[in-house]
Amino acid sequence: MDLMEYQAKELFAKHGVTTTLGKVVETAEDARAAAEEFGFCVVKAQVKAGGRGKAGGVKLAKTPEEAFEHASNILGMEIKGLTVNRVLVTPATPPVEEYYFSFLLDRSNRSHLCIASVEGGVEIEEVAKTNPDAVKKIPVDALEGVTPEKAAAIVDEAKFPAELRDQAIEMVQRLWEVYVEEDATLVEVNPLARLEGDKLEALDGKVSLDDNASEIRHPDHHAFEIREEADPLEAKAKDKGLNYVKLDGAVGIIGNGAGLVMSTLDVVAYAGEAHGGVKPANFLDIGGGANAQVMADGLDVILNDEQVKSVFVNVFGGITACDEVANGIKGALEILGDAATKPLVVRLDGNNVEEGRRILNELNHPLVTQVDTMDGAADKAAELAHQA
Amino acid sequence: MSIYLNKDSKIIVQGMTGGMGSKHTTLMLEAGSNIVGGVNARKAGTTVELAGQELPVFGSVKEAMAETGADVSVVFVPPAFTKDACIEAIDAGIGLLVVITEGVPVQDTAEVFAYLEGKSTRMIGPNCPGIITPEESLAGITPHTIAGKGPIGLVSKSGTLTYQMMYELRDFGFSTAIGIGGDPIIGTTHIDALEAFENDPETKAIVMIGEIGGDAEERAAAYIKDHVTKPVVGYVAGFTAPEGKTMGHAGAIVSGSSGTAQAKKEALEAVGVKVGKTPSETAALMREVLQSL
Repeated sequence: MDLMEYQAKELFAKHGVTTTLGKVVETAEDARAAAEEFGFCVVKAQVKAGGRGKAGGVKLAKTPEEAFEHASNILGMEIKGLTVNRVLVTPATPPVEEYYFSFLLDRSNRSHLCIASVEGGVEIEEVAKTNPDAVKKIPVDALEGVTPEKAAAIVDEAKFPAELRDQAIEMVQRLWEVYVEEDATLVEVNPLARLEGDKLEALDGKVSLDDNASEIRHPDHHAFEIREEADPLEAKAKDKGLNYVKLDGAVGIIGNGAGLVMSTLDVVAYAGEAHGGVKPANFLDIGGGANAQVMADGLDVILNDEQVKSVFVNVFGGITACDEVANGIKGALEILGDAATKPLVVRLDGNNVEEGRRILNELNHPLVTQVDTMDGAADKAAELAHQA
Repeated sequence: MSIYLNKDSKIIVQGMTGGMGSKHTTLMLEAGSNIVGGVNARKAGTTVELAGQELPVFGSVKEAMAETGADVSVVFVPPAFTKDACIEAIDAGIGLLVVITEGVPVQDTAEVFAYLEGKSTRMIGPNCPGIITPEESLAGITPHTIAGKGPIGLVSKSGTLTYQMMYELRDFGFSTAIGIGGDPIIGTTHIDALEAFENDPETKAIVMIGEIGGDAEERAAAYIKDHVTKPVVGYVAGFTAPEGKTMGHAGAIVSGSSGTAQAKKEALEAVGVKVGKTPSETAALMREVLQSL
């Protein structure tokens, strides 16, 4: 899960990282009220996207009236396809210098990595291109972590100014604490600012949390989910414990196993090229045990997607036998009754496939078409979606 | 011959007494695996009957290895306890550690991976279907009925795509099929498996299945160019995956412009690997390869 800036800053504050929390508001009036309290302030769009400043989503306000105006303009604005529903108002603390700092999961080296630059700040990507030596990449051992000695080594390698050294060492340790104790896969401070009076402060923050870890050891992370901003179908699927991602197409997809489902989306997109360019409508992995209730829950979510014109059920019977899957489809159609309205193309293969196909043939449901191969079934589903 | 696992492998199961553990221990026994016991500290000294066999439960991996000579452990313990189970097995000096558990926090896996350095253990997974050497042994959850022994080595990030590919190529058969898992950090990579298949005389050709996320496929392509002489056919899933969304597997995510299926396909094709557009087309490419050998 990616956090918004104000949520990231809440975690920073919890772990002793110097930052200014400010106030998160959803109306321009509340932005004005916050500005009356703070004086000279900055109004920042809260969306999970980079480049907010360049999109006009970050503005300085000298007066409460200016804060009101900026908030009015920013609220409702779209940044990279995301609507801004809230702004963060914080006292303005103009930086003397801007630095970049992050800890992140390094997949390639199967460990953790620290990236730091005192040349950086918000233009870090540009610095990485024009002056790569100024961007220090320092591996962090997963067993040793960031000790005070390691923190000092990081600060020295990144060449933080001597007068900020002690503060920076402390900040690096606190940020590592956020990374480890919250089970993050990214903790980024950009900019890490040097303020008047040589004070270091995290002016902006970006945190990504590991969902697996949140699930088993951070029940408090659920509070970061903003339900009203989630896609309603994704929220519904999540409530039912389904692994679903909404996409923008007309062929609903149900399959078992993440890899097979991803592959199914691709095969449908290829098949769609010959049928008016129809595309897959979603990712939905119902996992190994495709019983009637899980199948019904999955179909229920997909049939509620107004864009969906046909549904492709693609199951390879590995551990699950195809007859169980066929009975799951049969049961799901019984559970859904009249709510099932769109054509279903079913491809079963693998363990006990003959019995599975026999069950569906016997069912002889008007909405169900069986096709023996994945490519053929994708073609049929795309054709039906295109005709609808 | 085969890689990592054969008929002489002696397997223990960590978490054998749990639901998943007992179900799949039964299936492994039916596949012909030589399962010699399980580990559960709270049930040490008892026995469990699965598939008509009486299996001893030991208090620790160390004890199980000392008593049975086990060299492989399959881990089914819940994600919150997986790290400790792995470290216990590594400390005991297990040769092959197959971690089936899904949902392990990635920082735990990073710790386990760091802990492996300098140790004698090879880890496969986590979040994987494990490894099968058909007609010899199964350490994991891959159905043993899909395909028999043959000349193809298979390495895949995905379980069901492994099954699908084995099914499509069942008339040829497999030396070993290994599911390395879809997490951001895994113990055994495509490259490790490619190296082992290259050195395995029974393997004549290799199918490599990848998916979006990370750069493992690109690195594997570079490895193939310099080190693999056997024909490799590839498949990559996730061309239609949107940026920034996790597609089922924790590691299956396109971040910005990196980790895309297109980039992986291009990297593989650039080193002469034929990449199928669909699983069936990939299987057809492998047929051509095998028929020309």
